[in-house]
Amino acid sequence: MLAKRLIPCLDVADGRVKKGVNFVNLTDVGDPVAIAAAYQEQGADELVFLDISATNEHRKTMADLVEQVSAQVFMPLTIGGGISSVADMQRLLKAGADKIAINSSAVAQPELIQAGAEKFGNQCIVVAIDAAWDAQSQQYRVYTHGGQQATALDAITWAKQAVALGAGELLVTSMDRDGTKVGFDLALYQQLGAAVSVPIIASGGAGQLTDFVDVFKQSPVDGALAASVFHYGELTIGQVKAVLRAKGVVVR
Amino acid sequence: MFAIVDYDTGNTRNLQKAFDYLQVPTQLTADPVQLAAADAVILPGVGAFAAAMQALTERQLVPVLQALGRNGKPMLGICLGMQLLFESSTEYGDHAGLGLLQGHVTDIPTNLGVKVPQMGWNENQFQQPASPFASIDHEYTYFVHSYYAVSPTDQIVASVQHGVTVPSIVQRQNVIGMQFHPEKSGQVGLAQLATFKEMVMANDFSSN
Repeated sequence: MLAKRLIPCLDVADGRVKKGVNFVNLTDVGDPVAIAAAYQEQGADELVFLDISATNEHRKTMADLVEQVSAQVFMPLTIGGGISSVADMQRLLKAGADKIAINSSAVAQPELIQAGAEKFGNQCIVVAIDAAWDAQSQQYRVYTHGGQQATALDAITWAKQAVALGAGELLVTSMDRDGTKVGFDLALYQQLGAAVSVPIIASGGAGQLTDFVDVFKQSPVDGALAASVFHYGELTIGQVKAVLRAKGVVVR
Repeated sequence: MFAIVDYDTGNTRNLQKAFDYLQVPTQLTADPVQLAAADAVILPGVGAFAAAMQALTERQLVPVLQALGRNGKPMLGICLGMQLLFESSTEYGDHAGLGLLQGHVTDIPTNLGVKVPQMGWNENQFQQPASPFASIDHEYTYFVHSYYAVSPTDQIVASVQHGVTVPSIVQRQNVIGMQFHPEKSGQVGLAQLATFKEMVMANDFSSN
C-alpha cells in the first residue's frame, strides 16, 4: 500500500534557501544540499524547491542547485516557480528534478500542461493551485502570481481541467490557511478528492501534529506539504510520522 | 566499470549520480564493444515500452543486449528498463521485449481502488530467502509506473501490493530488474544498488 507523503517545501532565491532552516545543527542555514540531506535523514518523502527569485538569470542557478542536490540526496525532487516553457522544464529535469510544478504559467497558458505531459509524461507535471474561499460566489477562487492576482477560475473546475490536460498531481494551497497554523482546509481537499483521481498534495495551515492526522483521515489527500513547522523544528518529520502511524495512517 | 545503455531515454543522470555516490564508475554508451567490456550493463528507461524498444532497435542494440544477457553478462534493468527485459508488453498494443526474463508486462487494473500510475513509496515484501536483496524486506521504495510485470513467482525476489502484486525486484540468474527507482529511494535504494554491485564483483548470481 502506498504511504502517505510528508513534503517539506523550501523557498530558494539565487541558489540559496531563504528564511533559513534551523532544525538541526547546520553550519550554513541556507545551503540547499545540507538542508535536503538533513530532511532525507529525518525521513521526508519528497522535497519541493520553490524558486522565488524574480529574474531569468537567477533561474539558471536553479538548475545548478538541482544538479548539486540530486548528487547527494536520493529522493524525489519537485521544482516550481517561474517555469513557463517546455525548455525550462527540460533544463530542470535534465539537472535531476523528478517533477515540475507550474502555477501562474499553467493558468496563463493551459496548453503548457499538455505540452509538458506529452513530452515528459503526466507523472512529471504537477499543477500548483493557490485557492481562497470566496463567500460571495460560494466557491474556491484561483489566485496567481504568489497569491497577488485573483482570477475568475473556480478551483475545483480548474483542477479538473488541469488533470484533463495531463497534470499528474495537484499541489493545492489554501491561501486562507497558509501561515495560520490552524490546520489544513479539509473541505477544500474533500471537494477536490471527489473531483479528480490524481494524487493531491495539501498545503497551508499545518501547525500541530493533529493537523496532519486530520488531513489524512478526513480528506483523500496523498501528501501534506509544510514549510515553517519543519524548518524551525516545531515539528519533526519523525514526530509527525509516529503520530500518523499510531492513528493507522500508512507512512514510510 | 558499469555501462549505462545510452538510447536517449529520459533521465539517466540521476542513476549515474547514485553510482557515483557508491563509487562505482559508470559510462553512458551504446557501443556494443564497450557494453561487452563492461562489468555490468544497466538498462534505464522512462516513458513508453514501444518507443523504448524502437529506440533500442534503431541503435541495433536488441540483439546485442539479448546476446549479452544470455551469455552471462550481469544486467540490471530499472523501471521501464526492467519491463523491457520481459517477453512482451501490452502497453499501447502488443510489443515484443528483450525476452531475457519470463513473463509479460500489462497495465495495473484501475478498478481495484488504487490510483494509476502507482506514484509514491510502497512497502516491499521479500520473497526469496536465499537472495542477497534481503535488506529490502519491509522497506519502502519509490515507484512511478502504470504497467507491471506478470512474472513466474520463482523470478520474483520482492514485491509490493498496489491492487495487484507488483514485482519490485526480479531475477533470473545474471538478469535482474527493479521496478522502483533505486536512485530515488534514499538509503534503501542505494543499498539495493550496492547489493547488485557486490553480486557483480563476486560474480555470484546463483541465488535465483
